[in-house]
Amino acid sequence: MKTISLYFEIHQPIHLKRYRFFDIGTDHYYYDDYENERVTQETAERSYLPALRTLLDMTLQYGKGFKVAFSISGVSLEQLEQYAPEVLDVLQQLNETGCVEFLAEPYSHGLSSLGNVENFQAELKRQAKKIKQLFGQMPKVVRNSSLIYNDEIGSIVSEMGFKGMMVEGAKHILGWKSPHYVYSCAQDARLSLLLRDYKLSDDISLRFSDSSWPEFPLMADKYIGWIKDLPQEESVVNIMMELSALGIYQPLDSHILDFLRALPAIAPDEIRFATPSEVIAKNKPVGPLEVAYPVSWNDEERDTSSMLGNNLQREAFNKLYDEKIVGRILACRDRRIQQDWDRLQATDNFRFMTTKNNGIGIYRGIYENEYDAFTNYMNILGDFLKRVKDLYSDAVENDELNSLYTQIANMGNELNVKDNEISRLRARLEKYEPTEDNKDAEPAKAKAARKPAARKPTTAKKAAPAKKAAPAKKAAPAKKAPAAKKPAKDKK
Amino acid sequence: MKVLMFGWEFPPKIYGGLAVASYGITKGLSLQGDVETTFCMPRPTGEEEKFLKIINMSQVPVVWRDVNYDWIKDRFVGHTAEDYYRFRDHLYADFNYLQGLDDLGCIGFAGGYPGNLHEEINNFSIIAGVLARSEQFDMIHAHDWLTYPAGVHAKMVSGKPLCIHVHATDFDRSRGKVNPTVYSIEKNGMDHADCIMCVSELTRQTVINQYHQDPRKCVAMHNAVYPLSEEITGIVPRKNPDEKVVTYLGRITMQKGPEYFIAAAKRVLDRSHNIRFCFAGSGDMMHAMIDLSAAYGIADRCHFPGFLRGRQVYECYKSSDVFVMPSVSEPFGIAPLEAMQCGCPCIISKQSGCGEILSNVIKVDYWDIDAMANAIYSICTNDALHSYLAEEGIKEVDRITWEKVGLRIRECYNQLMTKGWFDNEEYLQAVKAIK
Repeated sequence: MKTISLYFEIHQPIHLKRYRFFDIGTDHYYYDDYENERVTQETAERSYLPALRTLLDMTLQYGKGFKVAFSISGVSLEQLEQYAPEVLDVLQQLNETGCVEFLAEPYSHGLSSLGNVENFQAELKRQAKKIKQLFGQMPKVVRNSSLIYNDEIGSIVSEMGFKGMMVEGAKHILGWKSPHYVYSCAQDARLSLLLRDYKLSDDISLRFSDSSWPEFPLMADKYIGWIKDLPQEESVVNIMMELSALGIYQPLDSHILDFLRALPAIAPDEIRFATPSEVIAKNKPVGPLEVAYPVSWNDEERDTSSMLGNNLQREAFNKLYDEKIVGRILACRDRRIQQDWDRLQATDNFRFMTTKNNGIGIYRGIYENEYDAFTNYMNILGDFLKRVKDLYSDAVENDELNSLYTQIANMGNELNVKDNEISRLRARLEKYEPTEDNKDAEPAKAKAARKPAARKPTTAKKAAPAKKAAPAKKAAPAKKAPAAKKPAKDKK
Repeated sequence: MKVLMFGWEFPPKIYGGLAVASYGITKGLSLQGDVETTFCMPRPTGEEEKFLKIINMSQVPVVWRDVNYDWIKDRFVGHTAEDYYRFRDHLYADFNYLQGLDDLGCIGFAGGYPGNLHEEINNFSIIAGVLARSEQFDMIHAHDWLTYPAGVHAKMVSGKPLCIHVHATDFDRSRGKVNPTVYSIEKNGMDHADCIMCVSELTRQTVINQYHQDPRKCVAMHNAVYPLSEEITGIVPRKNPDEKVVTYLGRITMQKGPEYFIAAAKRVLDRSHNIRFCFAGSGDMMHAMIDLSAAYGIADRCHFPGFLRGRQVYECYKSSDVFVMPSVSEPFGIAPLEAMQCGCPCIISKQSGCGEILSNVIKVDYWDIDAMANAIYSICTNDALHSYLAEEGIKEVDRITWEKVGLRIRECYNQLMTKGWFDNEEYLQAVKAIK
């Protein structure tokens, strides 16, 4: 029996406007609203809406026989909310069918997994929370920007409590192994890895309408036939692509949506569709997969060279993830800074600066060449970094910030101790007087006991409340109190 | 294969890019081993390199004079007394009416670009007639509009194919308001030519559209740059680590767009405090530029060293952090290539011919002062960009050699010799191998 796990990524770059160096210090708005609006609406019209409606029809038609997964970057969610909310409506309808799973990814679709661990964790949490807010599902599987993965990232994600992660099924990490099994993270066996079958995925997303391709035209029965012909032990086929492949890269008049519609119909009984979580639940990892160097789904090399391959990109990356900067940003509550931080991290900014010559024309947005992209980005970064530095004067050096962190960490520990005590007391009370009254009184008392304990840091330093995110992560991911407090705080 | 080449400048006598290009082309051809070039120029210094034969047009007779061999044998610069006698045997008309003939029966040339330029061009073509009748050659190659009449005359006399090399057109020099006399000389040369080699695609389009030539006859033959000698690579520049230097090197004239550079300098200096601007070169607009920099209030950071020669040029490149060429219309522009050889990142205008073959440079429109200022600031501030452009620039420029240009020109000659006429499409197919 084979399982197909179909997954689509929704992300559009946020276009920066042309920003000259003499705007540094005076102009703090970096975005090309016209372009963003135009691109979001165009993509929604040409790709997202038709594709999502087709998928919705399929879920309604096949009931539980067709499952699909999505992940949407936080910044794109904001863009869709602003310029194309009908896409979110269709996603809601899809969600209600119960056949759809949403994954978590870094809020900014950025490279913080390679740059700054705390930031990466904060972003995943934020994204997960937003998904829960919109769709009522808490993501259990992570999909990093451009499917960047290595062992450290895997262990970080697993520590946070996620069950699985999507990884590119690149030849150089698999070797002789096949991507059609579930593997586990080499550093933390609790994390299951789902590997993308790039041949089958790219057949749809890159080659479907290419008339010079030997397999053109690709019919649903031929495709299902390939999957059926796989060896019997190979039970998992992960097909992952961007949603804009259906409509933008592969135009709709190539009948790609009809192809998609036909897949579950043609699939025989032994081929099922499942969401990533179901795949992880039903299939035990067959072994660990070692990935020492970051792997991604970009280009032939399947690594980070298109984003961090040359000096220019590395310079921008180092400036962006400078420790002092990240520290200040995580500690502050300025919404504009947070929004700019999200948008500037996106991998697209780095891809525009690539000097790789891979034959196909590189899309660079408004930029003419990589130097133009670099110059523009560095100008904007210059202004942004200046604003961040001005948040806390340079006098607030790392030492002070560090002491703030330690204070917060200590408070977090205290909270843990108190929580443990409370659960112990509760358990004891259970044993001796398991009556209804006590049962009700105890939780109330526990809550009352918790509240003051939790409130203590609030009255403390100003920076501390925002840093509650840090101790919450450091303690244990499943701590209810800080997590429950966060929505209350954020509504400030 | 013998080529009769007409030119106006040759190193060490350099007035501009023409001398450098002529040298490069002839050297590139000579490297193939079986091409013999005879270079005819108005007034060589005698210190030219010996890999090609130089004919001194000021010492070619146009009238018969009875002179003693011993008397004259040491007076020749470029060619020899034997050549003189051979030329004298091929006089074709009575030019005794000409004024200024010397005792050898030759017309003198000033050597550069004097006031009576048109008269000199005419004389040049007269002398070309003598040469065409006395020399043996398979091909005629005329460099720049000054020598086109000579080339045409030689073709009419000998019947051999004529290649003309368009280093610049009057449209570039005058920004659209052409001089009718010059235009007519250029057009005449192009009409008679069998192959028109333009130094860039930009120039080629000008030739096709403004001079109404057949596109198949026109080919874009980009210039190249010579590898630096050891002496030059050994120059250690004196750089102030706290300051950045932005350089403009070239003739300060309307065509090169110096006023845009000054305006961009003003924008940069408004927001920075450690950048200096250097204007090397001289020209008819130099004083106007000095006045302009004073008017903008940036005269304390703008420096005008004047015309630089030889080694000074490379010292200037090496001590600069950015090189800017904001030309309004540049047929090719060898200066950025030289700057890149010295490891200096370049900003060039999109309206220059060299931009067609360079990719590790920043290209802006010449009028876009904001973009230019932005790019200057970026290279000065972001060391990563500076070092990237410098390194990649050196690698790119090392691939652009005169040897390859020589091979391409040889390809053109071959086509003309075998077919009798030139087809650009066929040429493009043939030179795909030369990368």
